[in-house]
Amino acid sequence: MPAQEKDLAADVALAARKWQKKRGALIMVLHEIQGRLGYVPREIALELSKQMNVPLARIYEVLTFYNFFELEPPAKYVISGCMGTACYLKGTPQILQEFGRLLGIEVGQTTPDGKFSLTTVRCVGCCGQAPVILVNGEVKSKVSPKDVPHILAECTD
Amino acid sequence: MTKLQKDELETIAERRRAKRTDWITVGMGSCGLAAGADAVFRALQDGARERGLELDIRKTGCVGACHAEPLVEVDVQGAPRTLYGHVKPEWVDLILDSHVTLKRVVQRLAVPEIAEQRRTCNDHPQPEANRQFKIVTRNCGLVDPEDLEDYIAFGGYQALRRCLFELSPEEVVEEVESSGLRGRGGAGFSTGLKWRLTREAAGREKFIVCNGDEGDPGAYMDRSVLEGDPFSVIEGMTIAAYAIGANEGYLYIRAEYPLAVARIEAAIRSAKLAGLLGRNILGTDFSLNLEVRLGAGAFVCGEETALIASIEGKRGTPRPRPPYPSVSGLWGGPTCINNVETLANIPPILSNGAQWFRSIGTERSPGTKVFALTGKVRRPGLVEIPMGTPLRVVVEEIGGGALPGRTIKAVQTGGPSGGVIPAALLDTPVTYEDLAELGSMMGSGGMIVMDDEDSIVDITRFYLGFCVEESCGKCAPCRIGGRQMLTILERLAEGRGRPEDLDQLRQISKTMKAASLCGLGKSAPNPVLSTLRFFPEEYQRAISASRSNA
Repeated sequence: MPAQEKDLAADVALAARKWQKKRGALIMVLHEIQGRLGYVPREIALELSKQMNVPLARIYEVLTFYNFFELEPPAKYVISGCMGTACYLKGTPQILQEFGRLLGIEVGQTTPDGKFSLTTVRCVGCCGQAPVILVNGEVKSKVSPKDVPHILAECTD
Repeated sequence: MTKLQKDELETIAERRRAKRTDWITVGMGSCGLAAGADAVFRALQDGARERGLELDIRKTGCVGACHAEPLVEVDVQGAPRTLYGHVKPEWVDLILDSHVTLKRVVQRLAVPEIAEQRRTCNDHPQPEANRQFKIVTRNCGLVDPEDLEDYIAFGGYQALRRCLFELSPEEVVEEVESSGLRGRGGAGFSTGLKWRLTREAAGREKFIVCNGDEGDPGAYMDRSVLEGDPFSVIEGMTIAAYAIGANEGYLYIRAEYPLAVARIEAAIRSAKLAGLLGRNILGTDFSLNLEVRLGAGAFVCGEETALIASIEGKRGTPRPRPPYPSVSGLWGGPTCINNVETLANIPPILSNGAQWFRSIGTERSPGTKVFALTGKVRRPGLVEIPMGTPLRVVVEEIGGGALPGRTIKAVQTGGPSGGVIPAALLDTPVTYEDLAELGSMMGSGGMIVMDDEDSIVDITRFYLGFCVEESCGKCAPCRIGGRQMLTILERLAEGRGRPEDLDQLRQISKTMKAASLCGLGKSAPNPVLSTLRFFPEEYQRAISASRSNA
């Protein structure tokens, strides 16, 4: 087995072992994997199916039901516009449009170089700071479309 | 910390209260952090160190005044306790030099109007008319959410002690029943009755579940309580478990709330170390194990049976009731599911008694309700008011009214399951009954203010779009009806409405309400029906616009 795959198996084993004595642990194991890798790759799902003795279909049934789980690797910078009601009223659509215009992508897409992706997120509960944008999970408050170039400029290595 | 025994709570409380002199707190809930509280906190620590000041600088949760974050409160001997708002790191030197060293309050940075709104049940037995009164958020913004001893110093765990040593489980259920507390997750079912049904159900293994899957967009009451006062939720759950006879419990919390999850997990660990969770709580033979389970972005999981499926590690689809979870829930065992806010009400009720709780609010809706006041209002934030307070007080007096130059058009309560209340009806008192009469609902507590800039048809489309996306697809009325209504609303929002559209909306709404499997589908038409009722002219405009274009 190549080294990388061995790591993978070990990672899964670790997550699975931590939860094996708990009932209904599948979702928590998937959270743990996504927390580490940013998404749940197919090879991992296969490995998990073996180690937890859960049919692959059951794993995908769960993965595809819940919005939170990702099946593709995330872009380096994931920009999410909050679509809670307060943020929506205060202009998230216009902000997303500006991001889309500058990046040349639409919501749900990733730039060809894999650097940026543009998504929406359900209410993050910072309605008092509306509208908010998340950059890799970090909340930027009271954003306006004219802040967009600045936010993008901050996304450098 | 070693395992606590019955009489050690007082010792800890006294010791900690004696230590609480010369302190500064920084509001570090999600909203505070988003506004830059972290930098302020670090600047305060550095500044105090440079000056050699002996200060207790602590993190707290959300005070509720989200519009004025970051908030810093200072209490040092020789100067009045003062709350500062909109604090920037560069102001920290001034606050430390003037307030802490020279004992001179920096008046121009102070926000006394926010401090005045913090009347809590810890300090006052009764609310004042038309003002906030905090039972659920009594400790939020005051207590250090990561410090169990601090919670105890604010009167924490006195209620659990009373239950374990003075009341039988049956008497606890009776007390909650006679308090009249109703579920704060939205539907308003009697909490005491829910406990009784679970207590009396046959089953070897029973469960207590805290519903922290706060999915309504525009609502963050539960997040603030979980972040700002996690021990009150845990104490409430412990009392509930004792009353219903459960030894195992779960907190189901949205994965979108990482800070709330971290604070609850830390709180569970410290409670366990102190013997307030785990085996033999406070030296009695009552044991309770609590664990966190994460939601994964599915609104429908706020529905009880879907939530149970999700905790069991499955797709979160609802199932028909009965059997109700109180009879057959998690892994078939009797399960009591209470919302975060409901549980945070429990310790004050058991400390102060059912009669006290009944004296606040209205006859049929006792107590208070927390609202996340957001949208087009000057001072958005977390507001806790006695039930029966008119909406107008919340929006205009506490929230500061419309933004400059605008007028308020409507207030939405109950999120995607609720309705839109026109400005003309703002004198409606906030109770379960009065809101339901207007075709809205209490809901979990989102209160979104809309002004003359906002299109009612567009907002309705927004809410319905949310429900369509979140429909699990199991039952046809919700899956198909929602999609059809959305098509019509999209047409209307773009000014391409047809004359027959409004009747169709009403027809589909009726079917969805009658035939959907769970609360999501049953309530998804509410925003449509209430806006049709109160804003027919906006719909008519959407139709006549298309006619004049033709």
